[in-house]
Amino acid sequence: MPAPLDWRRARLAATRDLTRDVRLLAIEPEGAFVPPTPGCHIQVGVQVDGRADTRSYSVVDPGRDGLYRVAVKRLATSRGGSRYMWSLAPGARLLVSSPANHFELAPGRPHYTLVAAGIGITPIRSMALALAEAGAELRLLYAARTRAELAFADELGALLGERLDLFVAEEGRRIDLGAVVAAVPTGGELYLCGPIGLMEAGKRAWALAGRPAASLRFETFGSSGRHATLPFTVRIPRLGLEIRVPENRTMLDAMEAAGVAMIHDCRRGECGLCAVRILDADGVVDHRDVFFSDEEKAANAKLCTCVSRLPGGVLTIDTADRAA
Amino acid sequence: MTDLRPFPLNAWYAAAWSHEIRRELSARTICGKDVVLYRRSDGQAAALEDACWHRLLPLSLGRLQGDEVVCGYHGLVFNADGRCTYMPAQKTINPSACVRAYPLAERHRLVWLWPGDPALADPALIPDFHWNDGTDWVGEGGTFYSLQCDYRLVIDNLMDLTHETYVHAGSIGDEAITSAPFEVTHTDRTATVTRWMIDIEPPPFWKRQLGREGHVDRWQVIHFQAPSTVVGDVGVALTGTGAPEGDRSQGVNGAFLAAITPESETSCHYFWNFVRTFRTDDEGLTRDIQRAHVNDGHGVYDQDHAVLEAQQKALLRHPRLPFYNLNIDAGALWARRLIDDILAREGAPRPPRVEAAD
Repeated sequence: MPAPLDWRRARLAATRDLTRDVRLLAIEPEGAFVPPTPGCHIQVGVQVDGRADTRSYSVVDPGRDGLYRVAVKRLATSRGGSRYMWSLAPGARLLVSSPANHFELAPGRPHYTLVAAGIGITPIRSMALALAEAGAELRLLYAARTRAELAFADELGALLGERLDLFVAEEGRRIDLGAVVAAVPTGGELYLCGPIGLMEAGKRAWALAGRPAASLRFETFGSSGRHATLPFTVRIPRLGLEIRVPENRTMLDAMEAAGVAMIHDCRRGECGLCAVRILDADGVVDHRDVFFSDEEKAANAKLCTCVSRLPGGVLTIDTADRAA
Repeated sequence: MTDLRPFPLNAWYAAAWSHEIRRELSARTICGKDVVLYRRSDGQAAALEDACWHRLLPLSLGRLQGDEVVCGYHGLVFNADGRCTYMPAQKTINPSACVRAYPLAERHRLVWLWPGDPALADPALIPDFHWNDGTDWVGEGGTFYSLQCDYRLVIDNLMDLTHETYVHAGSIGDEAITSAPFEVTHTDRTATVTRWMIDIEPPPFWKRQLGREGHVDRWQVIHFQAPSTVVGDVGVALTGTGAPEGDRSQGVNGAFLAAITPESETSCHYFWNFVRTFRTDDEGLTRDIQRAHVNDGHGVYDQDHAVLEAQQKALLRHPRLPFYNLNIDAGALWARRLIDDILAREGAPRPPRVEAAD
């Protein structure tokens, strides 16, 4: 059971566009300020198609001025959260939670390797700031498709100098996780945040090198896959249902909206509670969770409905429903 | 509770005597946080949040397996960093599955725990408690675990020794304490109460230790280090032999040591010792002094124990009655002032912003 969240009223103090698609929002909560810790996130109440919902955003700095700063990427396939956040003007009223941390930075390690790709820079930035301030040994590798998509790059470069390494795919530089892992000194830790492909590659490289599993830390936003985010159809023969999953909705949400009883907890592909059995898929299943192992994903017996999907086509599944 | 807690979190607190932490799980509550302590196979002590990430069962009800803790309910395993290394019935481990690992340091025969922001846990901030090292000063103390009073009541008690006259009459108490003047000084982290009683009849305990006839000069120099350690340099020397001027060679010198760790707002763990620089090889004396302090209700600290718990009960029963202060409380008030300063620096709630209605 997740702890009851401490929701409070807040005001959008300021916004600033970091790139064409990434906007920094400074949010001032009312009441006592709970300081953010590196890697933490806050939840924000959002309105999507007239319905209240919540979204989690990593806090990008220590907020010493009493503001929570989050960076929100505008996505064409947004489920509506980023569109809402981008619609807000300074002064807007918000509801936010106190910070929670699912991606904690452990102090006192001999070396830290931070790897971020795309909007995955948000928790990694707060870690880089904290580590640099503490005088820790660190290296930050940051990848994006184009140079214009690198948020915070100039300022991180000024702070970290040689310790920052940028990888711009368009310019032909990609992160080689095997080499990254090989360069991590004994006792060092690797923190990863980015698309699922990067994290899976990181996990494989880490395991292959025989490194202790608990020293690889990663966070997933559950919003990226190996395939395009497109509408698809879920068919549930047992219930006689055929459900359309639009590109801006999760399969879990679409199923619940269609009246299918589901259980779930994390909603980011970690806990596995929302997994259902796959009967047939007329396309490749885009597993976006970190719950199933590589072997389990390859076997395609189940998928996590909170994050995983099909890039179009029909997915036939079974649920836990049984006749009374 | 966060806003009202009377103890700083960003501080080192004694959590156990070093010898108490072995290759087994032991539970404590420190500053309202349940922790499980154990010693790793490499000899380092470890402290984890005492609640499984999964269903919150205290991990201290599980078992130690190598250097990791196995939850006694569903077998989740956590390493000494608090990270989950095993989950039942699945091939992967939820990446956010962690329990807090508390910074620990062992120094002065105690295990010190930092309940606050781990990034700030600098071992250089451990209180100077070298009197407890067991080298120049000798003594064997103990702990009142879960003493049922606010830790600050213990500090009040130790920072004003006039109470000895009434609580500890017949051993260390003496009318001279109440009539001798005292001086209180402070820095930003320490407060010191200094009292000299010149040319007095020694109280029974000190007369025995000195083993010589005649009047004495008695000193009590009590050092408080914020937030919660107290070291009292105490002793007597024959009058006229220069003790007030710094020559204690014709006297006997001891020190009472207190590391007081908040357990909750109204309870604490009181790690105490009484050490001395005289007859340091006399193990019988070490035992006698320990018994003089704690002895099935008859020791001097047993007497304090009874007073402190009764005082806390009265405070809870009369929550709105004022707590008056006297001149004798100057040392205690400086100690409380330094604690309040730390609490304020730790981020007391910001005053609410006044905004125009929109």
